[in-house]
Amino acid sequence: MISAMWIRSTMAYRASFVMTTLGNFTATAFDFVAILLMFSRVDALGGYALPEIAFLYGLSSVAFGLADLGLGSMERLGRRVRDGTLDTLLVRPAPVLAQMAADQFGLRRLGRVTQGTMVLVYALATVDIDWTPLKLLLMPVMILSGAGIFGAVFVAGAAFQFVAKDASEVQNAFTYGGTTLLQYPPTVFATELVRGVTFVLPLSFVNWLPGTYVLGRPIPLGLPEWVAFVSPLVAVACCAPAGLAWRAGLRSYRSTGS
Amino acid sequence: MDSGRLYLAVGVGGFRRYATYRAATAAGIFTNTVFGLILVYTYTALWDERPQLGGYDLAQAVTYVWVGQSLFKTLANGGGGVEGELMERIRTGDIAVDLYRPADLQLWWLAADLGRSSFELLARGVPPFVLGALMFDLALPTDAMTWLAFLVAVVLAMLVSFGIRYLVALSAFWLLDGTGVAQMVMFVGWFCSGMILPLNVFPGLLGEVVRALPWSALLQAPADVLLGEADPLGTYAFQALWAVLLLAAGRLVQGMATRRVVVQGG
Repeated sequence: MISAMWIRSTMAYRASFVMTTLGNFTATAFDFVAILLMFSRVDALGGYALPEIAFLYGLSSVAFGLADLGLGSMERLGRRVRDGTLDTLLVRPAPVLAQMAADQFGLRRLGRVTQGTMVLVYALATVDIDWTPLKLLLMPVMILSGAGIFGAVFVAGAAFQFVAKDASEVQNAFTYGGTTLLQYPPTVFATELVRGVTFVLPLSFVNWLPGTYVLGRPIPLGLPEWVAFVSPLVAVACCAPAGLAWRAGLRSYRSTGS
Repeated sequence: MDSGRLYLAVGVGGFRRYATYRAATAAGIFTNTVFGLILVYTYTALWDERPQLGGYDLAQAVTYVWVGQSLFKTLANGGGGVEGELMERIRTGDIAVDLYRPADLQLWWLAADLGRSSFELLARGVPPFVLGALMFDLALPTDAMTWLAFLVAVVLAMLVSFGIRYLVALSAFWLLDGTGVAQMVMFVGWFCSGMILPLNVFPGLLGEVVRALPWSALLQAPADVLLGEADPLGTYAFQALWAVLLLAAGRLVQGMATRRVVVQGG
């Protein structure tokens, strides 16, 4: 209901809505245009050809876009803590998390999902994959788990803002930084970095581990094949502590002002 | 009151205001460093395939990454700074107060923005650059003159950057909600300033077009002066030309806007 309210309110400035949606679309499109420009000069990046990179890019973009659509407004939490408007949400008879998610609900964020889907469709049309039923099944599983993992990052980032009130930019490093990282093949990065986003902050499970399996590429870090299938478990394992951190943050909240 | 002192005070105010947000500054340094790392690895993969791409060697390409991360907030390549605040004042009608001040609207906001960008250059620009220099081999000039020439190019870039964003902000006089325009310009600025990929890597005609646009004055121009890839005087002329054109356009639009100003809510 709150989302519907925000959708109505953004429609009040229709020209601006069209432009922000287009803007979101263009934003992510520019990322991919940069990759296309790179491939106008080279044939491979980290040993991966363009369709394979488009495949990884599309998966990461769609998963991130879904999480951003649902929970992207969480980054506004720090501001609400600072100006005291979080109190309004606390007195309403609805979960604060749901209200925060619906806060300034941006239908314009569909731009990112659309662009990611287009790149993914292009990738699927051009990439050479030996399809098996298992690989087909893995596709939606991978996207939904990926959205879950990114969603956990958004919630954990918001919980952190209860502590560090004006440091919302740290969150960008993990959300936007994370999806940018995953848009390139794992072979591009130093092993320590790949280890970090596998065992510490398990972003690898969004697309690198399941994606390389689908592509029939060596799985990063020499991990066994079955890691391609554990993304849903990892997503659940991420959401649980993120939810706990959120509750702890909310409980420690002391309103500003008198 | 001496108008020079007034604008200096406004500039110092802008500097000190941003200096209050310490956690935000630390967070920004962290984020710029993370993005710098990601870009360094992708550029390394790119230059492994094609050494001397765009006329840079690998060390120059890596240096370019850290110059970009250091100047990102300073020059607000992707928008930001005073532009959001100015648009908000136009939307709410507070702009009427600004118009009553015995100061020039454009110079007032320029002074505030120069204060902001000087702070961000020192606090958010230097740390990621130093971290980058510690982690990777950079192609840094050894003579003080090149560094000085680089700083002059950065100051000129600040003027061009303000010129673009001031025009964006003034669009709110007509559109009321300027977020759409701001966002569009943000992504164009991000792409065309060479934040994702150096402009000299862009192929053919596209490369020539983006290098002629004002955004190339924001990152590509200062970076090439630092890397010794461009003649400083020619670079300054290019930047100054855009700065004058944009600031003059801003003045023109400001005149048009204030004549037809409709103050919201009153």
